[in-house]
Amino acid sequence: MFPAPVLDVIMEEEILYSETFRIHGNDFEHGGEVAAAVKSVMKQLGIRSDVIRRLSIANFECEMNVIMYADEAEFEFSVLPSQVRVVCKDRGQGIPDIGLAMQEGWSTATQQMRERGFGAGLGLPNIKRNSDKFEIESTPSVGTTLRYSVNLE
Amino acid sequence: MRLSEIQKLLNCELISDALSSDPDIEQCFAADLMSDVLAYSTSEAILITGLSSIQSVHTADVADLRAIIFVHDKRPGPQVVELARNKKIPLLTTKLNLFDACGVLHGKGLKGA
Repeated sequence: MFPAPVLDVIMEEEILYSETFRIHGNDFEHGGEVAAAVKSVMKQLGIRSDVIRRLSIANFECEMNVIMYADEAEFEFSVLPSQVRVVCKDRGQGIPDIGLAMQEGWSTATQQMRERGFGAGLGLPNIKRNSDKFEIESTPSVGTTLRYSVNLE
Repeated sequence: MRLSEIQKLLNCELISDALSSDPDIEQCFAADLMSDVLAYSTSEAILITGLSSIQSVHTADVADLRAIIFVHDKRPGPQVVELARNKKIPLLTTKLNLFDACGVLHGKGLKGA
């Protein structure tokens, strides 16, 4: 009896475009610029507008999360033949309980964050809602890595 | 309804440059919480808000909203106006509060986005 074929081996797709941005914690003044820059690139590449909107919303929430909760992050945006993908790796306090952080309305935000129109506990659920694939890993006192993507088809 | 008509109904002052286009608006979304706008709005609506920070313009940009109307006569800083100009998002301000501004537009047939 041969072993069943392994179906979940995913061939790494060719990266057609990639750009990395740095996001700084507490930098509210520039909060939104990375999402705006990535949106411009996607427009130039002729990506479908509904895909651009979904990824841009996820990116903006992700960027604001870094500004609100982390020290800094590397935000890598890639275009592959079948998807647009983001890997955002931050250095910071991390998330002790991811299950709680994924619940809508759960938040540890400060008044300053709320004054900017964020910090209502919708960030991570909003990223997940706008992604076709979403993964989160976090180590308290080390940092959090988010990986999410939107399919092009 | 044209944006210029909305401007008249709410007695708005235009903060950014003159309207380069006068889009037809069918839907509005009103919130101070930008995460709500990002989660629940639909594209091509206008945003009515009391939040005049730069994040309101970034929100309108990523969510493909057509214009922002600030309530309570709020006026964003020059950096915010500059960004809106670059993104071609008209900014307007009305003396009305959020409830009344929404009420006027709802009464004229605009729908919630």
